Parts: sequence; structure tokens; C-alpha cells
Amino acid sequence: MRKSFLLLFLLSVISAKSFAQADSLMDMLNDKSSPAKKQAVSATFKATRIIDGPSVESLGAGVLDFRIDHRFGALNQGAANTWGIDDATTYLGLDYGITSWLMIGGGHSVLNHEDNGTLKIKLLRQRQGGMPISLSYAGEISVQTTPAPALPASDTAKWYFSNRLYYTNQLLIARKFSNSISFQLMPTVVHYNLVDSAKFSNNTFALGVGGRVKVSKRIAITGEYYYRLNNTDLLYNGQKTYNTLSLGIDIETGGHVFQLMFTNSQGITDRMFIGETTDSWAKGGIHFGFNISRVFTVVKPKEFRDGGGAGNTKW
Amino acid sequence: MFFVVAGISVSFGQKYMTRTGKIIFDATTKSSPEKISGVNNEVATIFDAKSGRVIFQVLVKSFKFERELMEEHFNENYMESDKFPKSDFDGSIINLGEINLAKDGVYNAKVKGKLTIHGESHEVEETGTITVKGNTVSFKARFSVKLGDYKVSIPSLVADKVSKDATITLESELTQK
Repeated sequence: MRKSFLLLFLLSVISAKSFAQADSLMDMLNDKSSPAKKQAVSATFKATRIIDGPSVESLGAGVLDFRIDHRFGALNQGAANTWGIDDATTYLGLDYGITSWLMIGGGHSVLNHEDNGTLKIKLLRQRQGGMPISLSYAGEISVQTTPAPALPASDTAKWYFSNRLYYTNQLLIARKFSNSISFQLMPTVVHYNLVDSAKFSNNTFALGVGGRVKVSKRIAITGEYYYRLNNTDLLYNGQKTYNTLSLGIDIETGGHVFQLMFTNSQGITDRMFIGETTDSWAKGGIHFGFNISRVFTVVKPKEFRDGGGAGNTKW
Repeated sequence: MFFVVAGISVSFGQKYMTRTGKIIFDATTKSSPEKISGVNNEVATIFDAKSGRVIFQVLVKSFKFERELMEEHFNENYMESDKFPKSDFDGSIINLGEINLAKDGVYNAKVKGKLTIHGESHEVEETGTITVKGNTVSFKARFSVKLGDYKVSIPSLVADKVSKDATITLESELTQK
């Protein structure tokens, strides 16, 4: 009796053990395969710009982005300028991802014959179950290359090269709230080496807000507004300036991202659209425009170098 | 008591595992302008030699693509990896009797089980090879997956550029645990 009881006990222990093993195979795999690896949130925005200003996104290492940005004239220019179509301006630019967190770029804006260089550094990345926001730094330096204006005929007057320089520094704080909704705040300072009058500050401080709502997997509605905290009475070439509001649509097709927008800024460089916008939505000073972005992989990821990788595995 | 101890030690010897298996995904067609292919070098695989049960599991986000944008689209638009982070196969080798794990060699294997991709599960049966060498067991298989079966939709704009049937190539070298 006692022996059979012991046997029964042993059997039940063994069967319980093996039963647990059958179930634990998946657990064994999961226990270690998911050591709470906090995945970085990707694709907060579709492009490296929300509309005019930078987004937290940057290019991957070894990726080159060719950008063609176009802004037509204002709708209120009337029939004489075919409601703005005859008065278009273009920005041509190249951006390059040196590492996954460092991007440099440069380009030329037809408006004001402006050349610029840009820098973006990813400082923090939003992670699932971890860091709640992404943070990037974006900087731009630009030089206006239009001919120097005629100066008063005085012996001391001199047009300095530094008069042509502008600097923008921005922090980009973004959060992807869901697959479709992302939001970004941009504390910004633009330094103008030369302003219209000594009564204006050389620094314009602004707070930008931007966001996007995806309406399908490949189409998103975007918006962007830069609110100036000072220098709101700044004159640009003697004209009153306004804050810039832009509304747009992102359309993604394979290697291209098309961004279509309406904005009251014809300027595309940071210093223009943040502080020197002379058109206003209220007066019909609305510009239609688009950005086209085409990416090229210049340096392949390590998994794909030396003819190895996905397509060329020996079989 | 002796039996229990012996039972445990035997069962330990029956399991093979790795976390560095490889899966290559390819959906290139003749009219694709570029190779639509990704590689995942972090395929977790476990094999129970006693029952024949075998599980392959991947994190969708661990697939690497030659083009970063393609990787983003793969995750965002096709696989929806935020919603469905893992893909796996959970099944059994049905001709286990023909495979002698004690003897080095290449064996044909028939595998049957549940394949889950993009949150959709289907019963599949595929063939591959098992290579036994010492205390390692290597699985190799290549098979085709109809993306439509797993509700991975291809927009009409790129319909001729992305294959409706993806080729999956799998290589996993497991060691005894």
C-alpha cells in the first residue's frame, strides 16, 4: 500500500514535470528573447521637414536625400501674376545621414540667392515603455548672396560680409502619440546679423508647433505654426512681418515623399519663414507649394555589403 | 527519486536552441525597380527532439533592408509591426522517426504547424533539411508565403513592383541545451 502510494506520487511528479515542459517550450524562447528590449519608435514624421521647418526625423546612415522645394507666389497677386503661378521660387538641397543620429545638409534658395548649411543631431529617441519623447537639435547657417545695396556716399560706410549671415538654432521635441498622430514643439532662436533698424533685436525667439494626422497608410495631413515671442514688429525690407502658418498633405510613394502645402511664407530657409514672412493669411497672401524628396542609399547597411546579404545567400 | 532526477537530465539533453537564426524575406518581381528583400539575423529557434516540436520566432522590427525607407515602409505600411510585433511558426517535425540525431548527416524533414504573420495564423506544411553535426542541428528551408493570406495588402500603385508571394529562406543552427 505504502509502496504503491509512493509510486503514484513519483508518477504524478514526473507527469507534472513533463507537462510543464511541453508548455514551457514557448516560454523558454520568450523568456530570454524579449529581455524587455525597449524598441525605438520610428516614423514620427514621414520626412525630415514637417512643412517648412525641420522634424525630429533624420536620414539613416549612408542615405542621401535630394530635395526640390517650390513655392508659388501669393494667391492675392491677381490675374497679372496668374494668382501667384508666375512668381515661383525654388530651393534645391541635399541632405546626408552620416550616422543614424547625425545629418548634414546644404542647398540654395532662389529667393534672395541664399545658400545654407544645416545640421541635425538626434539627442533622445522615444521608446516603447521608456523615453516618452524624441529630441533633436537642428541648426542652420545661411548667407544671402544678392548684390550689396547702394550705400550712402560717405567715406566710412562699408558693407560687411557678416551682414549677409543668419543663424538658426532649434530644439525639436516630438512625441508620436499613436500610429497616426504625432506632435512637435520647436523652441527656436534666429540670429540676424543685420536687421532693418537698430530698434529691433538681432535675435528673434519663437515657439513652433507642428503635427501630423495620418488619414491612410500613405497620406497624412500636416500643420505647422511658428509663434514669435519678440520682434513681432520686425520690418523686412520695410514691410510688416507676420507669423507663419502652413497646412499641408504628405503623400508617400515608394522612394518619394511629396509634400503639398498652403503657407503664407514664400521663403523656405529658416530665417525667412520664421521671422521675415511679409504675407498674411487674412489678406490672401497664401502661397501654394510643394516639397519633393527622393532618397538614395549611398552606403549600404553592413548586412548588405561585400555582395552578401539578403538577395545573394548561397543556397 | 532516482527516476525523477534521471528524467530531468534526459529532458535537458533533448532541447536545441539558438537566437541567431537567419530569415531572408524576398518579394522582388521582374518589374521591381530594386531588390525588395530584408534579412533578420535574430531568429529565435527552439527544437524539442523528444516531441519533435519546433518553434521559430522573429521580431518584425529586426528585419534589415538595404534601403532604410523600405525598412520603414515594411514596418509601417505592410507588416504594421507596432500592432503585430512578432511573427512565428509553431509546429512539429512529422517524420521525426527518419531523423537520427545521434548520427551526423543531412536529413529531409517535413514540418507541419501554425505560421503566424501580421496577426494572421494559417496551418502550413513545408519541407526542408536538417543537418546533424555533433551536438548542433541546422534547419534549412525555403518556401513561399501568399501575402494576401496574411492580410498584408499591396496598394495598386505598386502592385506590379511587389510580389504577392514572398519567398522565405530560413537557416538556423541550433545547439544542444
